[in-house]
Amino acid sequence: MKWHKIYGLSLRHFYLIKSSFPRLIDLIYWPTIQIFLWGFISKFFTESSTYYSNTVGIILTAAILYDFLFRTSISYNMMFLEEIWSRNFTNLFIAPLKISEIITALTLTAIIRTLIGLVPAALIAIPLFGVSVFKLGIPLIFLLLSLYVFGVTLGLLVTAGLIRFGPSFENVAWASLFFLAPLGCIYYPIEILPDWLQTISKILPLVHIFEEMRNILINDIINYYSIFKGVIISLFYFSFGVVIFYISYSGARKRGTLINMGE
Amino acid sequence: MKVEVKNLKKKFKKIEAVKDISFQINKNQTLGLLGPNGCGKTTSIGMMLGLIEPSGGSILIDNKNINKSEKNYLLEKINFASPYVELPKKLTVRQNLEIYGRLYGLKNLSERIDEIGEELNLITFLDKKTGELSSGQKNRVSLAKSLINKPKLLFLDEPTASLDPDIGDFVRNYIESYKSKNDLTILLASHNMSEVERLCDKVIMMKEGKIVDRGTCKELIDKHGRNNLEDTFLKIARSKNEMA
Repeated sequence: MKWHKIYGLSLRHFYLIKSSFPRLIDLIYWPTIQIFLWGFISKFFTESSTYYSNTVGIILTAAILYDFLFRTSISYNMMFLEEIWSRNFTNLFIAPLKISEIITALTLTAIIRTLIGLVPAALIAIPLFGVSVFKLGIPLIFLLLSLYVFGVTLGLLVTAGLIRFGPSFENVAWASLFFLAPLGCIYYPIEILPDWLQTISKILPLVHIFEEMRNILINDIINYYSIFKGVIISLFYFSFGVVIFYISYSGARKRGTLINMGE
Repeated sequence: MKVEVKNLKKKFKKIEAVKDISFQINKNQTLGLLGPNGCGKTTSIGMMLGLIEPSGGSILIDNKNINKSEKNYLLEKINFASPYVELPKKLTVRQNLEIYGRLYGLKNLSERIDEIGEELNLITFLDKKTGELSSGQKNRVSLAKSLINKPKLLFLDEPTASLDPDIGDFVRNYIESYKSKNDLTILLASHNMSEVERLCDKVIMMKEGKIVDRGTCKELIDKHGRNNLEDTFLKIARSKNEMA
C-alpha cells in the first residue's frame, strides 16, 4: 500500500466537505437532532415514571454510540456513492490503485466525517442533559473501536453490493442499519428478545457492545472479556466484508459494470 | 508503449460483445478504433484498461499482461479520457488535478498542474469548480487529467464529441503537438472521421464485435473506392457481408 495514494483519495473527500458549507452542516445536523430527540424523550420518561428513573444517561449514551455506528457506515457509503453520482468511477478504477488502498482510504476518511458530526452532538449533551458519553471511561475507546470496525464492515458490504448490482443498490445502503438495529439491543436488554432472536443477535457485535455499555453505567462494572468479544466479532465481520468486496470487484470486472457506472 | 491484443473475446452471459479480435499498436503509433455504436469498442477499451476481464485471449502492453499482477505497474503509465467519464463537479479543477496527480504518484505536482494548465489554457479557471465549466472547458480538463501522469499509452474515447469546431480543432492540434514532443501511443475511438484521418496512423473497423477491416486511412478509402473515410465507414457499417 502506498500512503500518498491513500492520502490522495482521502483528500478528494476533505475538499468536498471543505468546499460546501451545507454539506458540513448536514454532517453535524442529524447527529445533533438525534441527541436532542432522545435527550428529551428520555428526560420525559425519567420525570414521569419511577420505572425509568436514571435512564436518561443510558438511553442518551446508547443513542450517541448507535449514531457513531450509523454515521461511520453512512459516511463510508456516501463517499463511495459520491464517486458514482459524479461519474468519476471509471477514472478511479483506471488509476493505479490497489483495492486495499481504496478500502483503507474510505475507512480512514469515514472516521473523520463521523467525528465532525458526532463530537459537537456529544458535547452538547453534557450541558443540556447532564450526560457525558466520556463517563464510560477507558472502555469507551474499545466500544467505539468495535462500532467503528462494524460500521465500516456494513459500509463495505453495501459498497460491494453497489459494485455488484449498480446504483440501484443505493436503497439498501440506507436501509442496512435499520435492519440490524432491532437485533442490536441498542436501547433495551437482550432478554426482551425471544430466545431464537437472542441466539441470532449474539452473533452480532452490537449486543455485546450495548450490553456492556449498560453494565458499566448501571452496575459500574467493567467486563473486558465482553468488550473484547465485541471487538473480535467486529474484526471477524470486517474480514468477511473485505472478502465480499474483493469478490464483488472481481464479479464486476467479469460483468463489465465498472466502465459505465453512473447515476 | 507497444500493445498486442491476441484473440481477445468477451462474452456477457449469452451476448458475445467482442469476438476473437487481434491487433497491434506499435510504440508511438496512433490507432483509430472505429465502428458503429454497440460494435464492441468500449468493451475492448475496458479490457485494455483492466476494467473488464476478458473471456479469452490476452492483452500485452510492453509484453506485460494488464489482467495479471503487473496491472498497477502498467496503469501508472496509462491514462484515459472520455466525455462520458467526469471529474467530481464540486471540486475545483486544480483540486481534481492534484488528487489524480497524487494517485499517479507524481512529484513536483504543482509545477505539473501549472504546466498542463498553461498548455491547455486552463489557467483562468483552475480555481473554479469543475461543475461550473462549459463543456469545452470540461473536455480540456478531462484531457489534462488524462495527461497529468505523462502517460506512455493514452486511450481517447471520442475526445471531441459535443465540442464546437473551434475547440474541437484546438484539442486535435494539442494532441498532435503533445504527441510530437512526447513518447506516446494512442488508441482513439471516434465517430469523427476527419479527426481519425488527421490523427491516426492506422485504423481498425469493428462491427458486431469483430474486426472487419484494417489499414491506413488511405488504404481503406482506396480499397472501398470511396472519396473519404466517412463514406468508407458508411459502406462498411451498412454492408451485410462482413469483410475479413
